[in-house]
Amino acid sequence: MTADVEIDLGGLGFGSGAHLLVQRALAGLPPGARVAVSGTDAALGVHLPAWCRNRGHRVEWPDPADRSRLVAVVVRGAADDDRWFGAERAGPALPSALSSRPPPRWGLGARGALLEAGGPEARFDLDDRDLVWADIAPALYAQAAARQWDPQTAVPWDDTFALPPDVEAAVVQIMTYLVENEQAALVVPARFIGRIHPHFREVMQFLAVQVADEARHMEVFSRRALLRGAELGTSSAGGRQSLFTLVAESDFALASFLLSVLGEGSFVDLLGFLVRHAPDPVTRRICWLAMQDERRHVVFGMAHLEHQATVDPLLRDRLRAAIHRRHDALADTAGLNADVFDALVVLAAGGWDPDDVAAGFDHVRALQQAMDQGRQRRLVRLGFRPDEAAALSALHTRNFM
Amino acid sequence: MAAPSVLMGAVAYDPKVVTIWEGFRGWLRDHGLDFDFVLYSHYERQVEDLVAGRIDAAWNSPLAWLRAERLATARGGSVQALTMRDTDRDLTSVVVVRADSPVHRVEDLPGRVVATGAVDSPQATLIPLGHLAAAGVRVDVRRFDVGVGLHGDHVGGERDAARALAAGEVDAACMIDANHLMFVQEGTLPSEGTRIVAQTGRYDHCNMTVREPASDGVQLFGTLLRGMSYADPQVRPLLDLEGLTAWQDGRTTGYDALAEAVDASGFYAADGRVTAADYRP
Repeated sequence: MTADVEIDLGGLGFGSGAHLLVQRALAGLPPGARVAVSGTDAALGVHLPAWCRNRGHRVEWPDPADRSRLVAVVVRGAADDDRWFGAERAGPALPSALSSRPPPRWGLGARGALLEAGGPEARFDLDDRDLVWADIAPALYAQAAARQWDPQTAVPWDDTFALPPDVEAAVVQIMTYLVENEQAALVVPARFIGRIHPHFREVMQFLAVQVADEARHMEVFSRRALLRGAELGTSSAGGRQSLFTLVAESDFALASFLLSVLGEGSFVDLLGFLVRHAPDPVTRRICWLAMQDERRHVVFGMAHLEHQATVDPLLRDRLRAAIHRRHDALADTAGLNADVFDALVVLAAGGWDPDDVAAGFDHVRALQQAMDQGRQRRLVRLGFRPDEAAALSALHTRNFM
Repeated sequence: MAAPSVLMGAVAYDPKVVTIWEGFRGWLRDHGLDFDFVLYSHYERQVEDLVAGRIDAAWNSPLAWLRAERLATARGGSVQALTMRDTDRDLTSVVVVRADSPVHRVEDLPGRVVATGAVDSPQATLIPLGHLAAAGVRVDVRRFDVGVGLHGDHVGGERDAARALAAGEVDAACMIDANHLMFVQEGTLPSEGTRIVAQTGRYDHCNMTVREPASDGVQLFGTLLRGMSYADPQVRPLLDLEGLTAWQDGRTTGYDALAEAVDASGFYAADGRVTAADYRP
């Protein structure tokens, strides 16, 4: 029998992967091409045609008088080619030339993969490159992945420090507040990850690590709160109302603006303050670790909003409206939990002498000013005029986040 | 003028049957055929309804084809095989023993316990037992009656027979060639643990049986089925589910071995009556 290609399977049977060798021999041949298959596995004469039948190949049998090891000649069918008819690449593999609007059919396919036609139309509503992408995303993700720290080993939990009860209580109160805020900071990106088209996978990856960052922050702040006692501090209704308005924002740009640019930006200042005034090594360390992560979150939030502001002249109107809307929603609430404010003063005071308290109070005032200055700087970078940036910053929630 | 129409019967041997025929229904209707289908819980009623004219076409097992032919002939009519899957042609069944079995040839099987699929499975019961009987081999049959009435479409009986073989409960087991390959690949049978001691001749499996091959509806139905392309992403998932890469013309030359087995075992009478004693679909 004539054949275009001959293969010998030796003793290999279809129960152990013989199909790989047959497939390899058929690959690249046109339909109708013939592959002569030899081998000694006893079941080959049964399994080869059964395998071929299911894949649309034909078999031709050798002359019964043929005494060679030839089992059959496989005549290549068209099904393998037909399956890839109309297939397309899901965009470029590398993020340098991303599609501005990846189609839903690319959906869950790996970016750059050859997609068999058909399959589901996966609707990811955040599918506009200008809305979600930032060129810095791949590098920021890599940095974020490289800088993950282990809460168990990165913090000196076994340090034997002992604080006066009222100072310990102030730490516990601040930790309680931080856990609440980190919880909201976890929920916000988590709600958007599943809406972003996977074509922009580095953004999904970055936000996923951001969520993991917040999970660790929640862990270490809770653990510090309970390190010397069994109770957390207080949680004010106004504080929770402030976080609720953050979590309720369903627009990706506005949510990143409120969370990363304004909230986490202010939080970086707060954590820096706590690093400086922490009364114990554990508190100092966990605030420092969290601050590094939060800086990265702010950088990403700024980067993609800065890009968006260059292509969407109406973005600033929407950002402005979002600040006003949130301010109005919180107008009748107390803002920052008074217990938290007092606890910050206690830590910055470092003692109960009236002069100490006065100094602590000044430090917290200075912190609030630094937060305000930082917000104004970021607003100016997004294209707001300095006077408007000052007015808008003043409207930011008194709860910091 | 009304669009040509076809009402087809299919047996619901698996939930995927709904997916397959719902999908084909949409595609066929998009291509100008007023197509609908009804589902049966077993083949016997489907065949009776076809011959009685209640449906125009029946997606039939080989056993159902034989009965449809006999019933129609007994009533002075006829049926035809319109199309079949490319994977319905030239199948074989095998009789398998454990690798360490003293059975090396068919001649070693008399008196041994041989596991089969359900009573009405062409590929795992009727044809291989017919093959052994034709060779003069009498065996003790241990039948695994899963999905009786589905004519072996449900793989459960065959798989149970294979498991019984692997467990040493029987001396041999009957199955279709592709299922032997599947059982070895999925691990139901150990990869080097079985030996094939007999293989039947080639036979054909399902076909689309029709009553009035010349009607506009049936003509269009055949044309459209044969025109379904594996390159079409709309039908390819359905073809994959139904286990074919192309619809081919129906042929009826591959059913002789089954007909002989049916006659020898008295499964159906010559006029199509069900005569198998212990068959309750």
